[in-house]
Order: sequence, then C-alpha cells, then structure tokens
Amino acid sequence: MDEALLRSLTPAVIGVLVRRGADFAAAEDAVQDALVEAVRLWPDDPPQDAKGWLVAVAWRKFLDAARAEASRRRREVLVEVEPVPEPVGAVDDTLELYFLCAHPSLSPASAVALTLRAVGGLSTRQIARAYLVPEATMAQRISRAKQTVSGVRLNQPGDVATVLRVLYLVFNEGYSGDVDLAAEAIRLTRQLAVMTRHEEVAGLLALMLLHHARRPARTRADGSLVPLAEQDRGRWDTGMIAEGVQVLQAALARDRLGEFQAQAAIAALHADARTAAETDWVQIVEWYDELVRLTGSPVARLNRAVAVGEADGARAGLAALAGLDPALPRYTAVVAYLHERDGDLVTAARLYARAAREASNLAEAGHLTRQAARLNALLRLSGSRRRPS
Amino acid sequence: MAKYLLLKHYRGAPAAVNDVPMDQWTPEEVTAHMRYMDEFAARLEQTGEFVDGQALSPTGTFVRFDGAGRPPVTDGPFAETKDLIAGWMVIDVDSYERAIELAGELSAAPGAGGEPIHEWLEVRPFLTVPPTITE
Repeated sequence: MDEALLRSLTPAVIGVLVRRGADFAAAEDAVQDALVEAVRLWPDDPPQDAKGWLVAVAWRKFLDAARAEASRRRREVLVEVEPVPEPVGAVDDTLELYFLCAHPSLSPASAVALTLRAVGGLSTRQIARAYLVPEATMAQRISRAKQTVSGVRLNQPGDVATVLRVLYLVFNEGYSGDVDLAAEAIRLTRQLAVMTRHEEVAGLLALMLLHHARRPARTRADGSLVPLAEQDRGRWDTGMIAEGVQVLQAALARDRLGEFQAQAAIAALHADARTAAETDWVQIVEWYDELVRLTGSPVARLNRAVAVGEADGARAGLAALAGLDPALPRYTAVVAYLHERDGDLVTAARLYARAAREASNLAEAGHLTRQAARLNALLRLSGSRRRPS
Repeated sequence: MAKYLLLKHYRGAPAAVNDVPMDQWTPEEVTAHMRYMDEFAARLEQTGEFVDGQALSPTGTFVRFDGAGRPPVTDGPFAETKDLIAGWMVIDVDSYERAIELAGELSAAPGAGGEPIHEWLEVRPFLTVPPTITE
C-alpha cells in the first residue's frame, strides 16, 4: 500500500466532494472512510485509476452518511441534486481546497491547522505535536475551523495572496515535533505552483527553497544560532539553491514583481556569495528598496538598515533607522550590531544585553547574550570601559 | 511518584552566591551553563523523571478586571516588586527528598568563572488527586 500516494490524493478527493456540494467536514469523513476501504481492498485488487476510485467510493460514503442522518425530505433533495457522474481528472479541485482552508473567516492559526489537515493530509496528532499542544486542543481547533467554513460555497476564485500567507506561516513555524513543517510547506507550495501560474506562488516557493537550503548551517549541534556571516557555506544545499534560483528567475521574467519574489531575490543574493565578504550588499539594498515600496513594512525597513550598514557603512545604517519604532522586534539587536560595526563596543554590549532580554525565543536570546558576553570580555581585556578611538 | 515544580526566578528570590549577570560572563561560560541545563533535562528524561520545562520572557504585564468599560491592563504601581518567573521544570519523582536533590543539582549550574551559581530555586509540590482510599 502506497501511503504517500494516498496522502497526496486525499486533498484532491476532498476537493471534488466539496465542489459537488458536500459540506467540508462531511467530505473529509467520507474520504477517510474511502481510505479505509482502499487499505482493505487495494492490496488484492489495485484500481486502474486510484483517484477515480477514491472519488467514487468517497461520494458513495458521503451519500450513505447524508441519507442515514438527514430527514426523508432532505434525502430526497440531496438525491435530486446529485450531479451527473463526470470524468475525474483534468481539473484539480485541490486548488479550491487551498482557498477554502485559507478562507478569510478563519483566524491565521485555524487556517494553518486546517490546511495541514485537509491539504497536507497530516493527522491531528501530528499537527498537535508540531505545535506542542495537547491533541484534544488541536482537535477542537480543527473542528471549529471546519464549522466556520462549513456552508462556504466557492463560487468565486479565492485570493492566492491569502493562501500564500498561510503557507508562509506553516514554513516559519519551526521544526518541533515529528513533522518538519518547513518541508511540509515546501511540498504544499510545490503542489500549488503546479496548479496555478501565479508568479507570487513561484516567488514564495523560491524563497522557501533558498531559506531551507541554508538550514543545515544555521544552527550548531547544541541548537545555538550561527549568524549568516559565520555559517559554513559548504553545508548549504547547492542543489536546492539552484532550484530556488531557477524558479525565481522564471517568475521574475514575467515582470509582475511581488513581495515574495523580492524577498527571494535577496535570499538568492546571499546564497550566491561564496564567502560573506563577497555578498553583493549594494544589490541587496536595491531589492530592499523594492520590498519597502511594495509592502511599506517596518520589518523590511529594519532589514534594509542592516543591508545599508554593510553597503555604505555602519553610520549610514544607523541613519537608515530614523523614524522606525524602537519597539519593533529585533530593533535593539540591529542597533547593537550597527554600533559594534561602528566601533562603539560599550554601547553595543549594553544593547545586546537588552536585546537578549527582549528576544522572543531561546536560541535568539542565547545568541544575543553571547554577543554581549563576547564584547564585555573584550572590554575587560583591553582594560577600558571607554569607547575605543 | 509525585510531581514537583522547580521554579527559577528572575528576581524576588534571594541573591545567588555567584551573582554575576550573564552578559558579564565569557561566551564559553554562557555555553557551558546552557549545556548543563540541557544535559540535566536530558538525564531526567532518561530516568523517567522529566515532565516539562519552559523558559519565560523577562517581561510580563499584570492584568486585573477594572470594572466594565475600563481597560483591564495595568503595569503598576507594583512593577518594582513583580516576582517574575524565569522558567520552570516539572519533575515526577519518588520522593520529596529526590525533588530537593534535583533542585540542588540544578542550582549548581556553572556560571561566571565556571563556578556554580548557587541560585535559589523554589520547589513546590503539585496538588494532585488523592491516592485511592481503601477501607
């Protein structure tokens, strides 16, 4: 029994049922029943068309359930609206399922959970583990999400941007639990890229690939962070980088720039440098200019200041911070870094320590504490608490 | 087996013996301290005594219902005396003595100069369902 095949077919089959008018939760139950049948029957009698088989059986299961539960009147209505059997195939209904799971009526957390469940085919237990919450909690979250979208009819195209935001959330959720959410997000985005030619889907896929390729070099064995400049570039996945660059170039060639493409371009420039010193910071600043223009995001402006600091010197970087809210996440860490580059170690050490207290995760807090400790040790050695000339 | 909470405080507890702020340690000392904490938890997992451990951010907010229509969040007037919890570890051990022994070990995590910090940890038993009564 090919479990990967079943898992990859599941969302498409749910999609067919939903499009035929089944309620989302009922469709999912019916598909689960069909999968049980598949596991029982396929080893002896494998079907010619696995997806067609699953659709037929799941639809029958759905009708059975609906008939058993609903009133006689409701049953008659359902039978009435049962569509003429149509060939299953060319149109991929999974796309509609993506839109349903990213429906604006869902909170981001619910959209993520539902996407992993319905499109990703992960079990509730797997999703709960990935988010470090009890299984019962996650089951509730998913079932509430299903309730929210039940009755939603997809009669107009959904918003790709919303779907992409959900997938990017999945990608950024980290690597706890037994499911690698980053790899899962890449798998789902690849699927989506096959279904739609939207250039931002390609942009997001490229961005994920380029980030993911550098993951082996990003942390040490003890879980501590390695800054980009100190990473062992030999541990970057060059195959994945090449694929990311290729996907990005194809997207850029269509000349409809969006924020994910711009972010991917920045990631590609980092991935392209053989040493940190060879990084093309001038071009990176230009891409950040695009990103700021596209999004107006303060986070993009903060990152831009770091790039300006590398391209034009620390003073220019500090000047580029003007007007940003100091309460912005990582603001203090950026100011500390730029002061260190500017040679003001006393201020830098003080700010690193403060940034460590403000950090929102342990790895980052540990990294920033070490930065402060490093500078303070240096200052003790030089015997001076005053700013070196 | 009984569960105990080992509480680590940011402030509010008596000062540690080796009381040097972490950013004044060397980076190697910081690394050694974190490794000690990780290994401690890993060892308790091996003995089947580890339940959960989490670190908390140094900042937090006091919240209280302040009457309908009023904002419920306040950050004073007691900000100075906030007894902020730095993190916790929940253990499930055979005896109170074992809980005390483990807390002592945790308090001996290395700090500045590689010397134990001797920080104060709070050990508190969980209130759990009473054992089955057989009469």
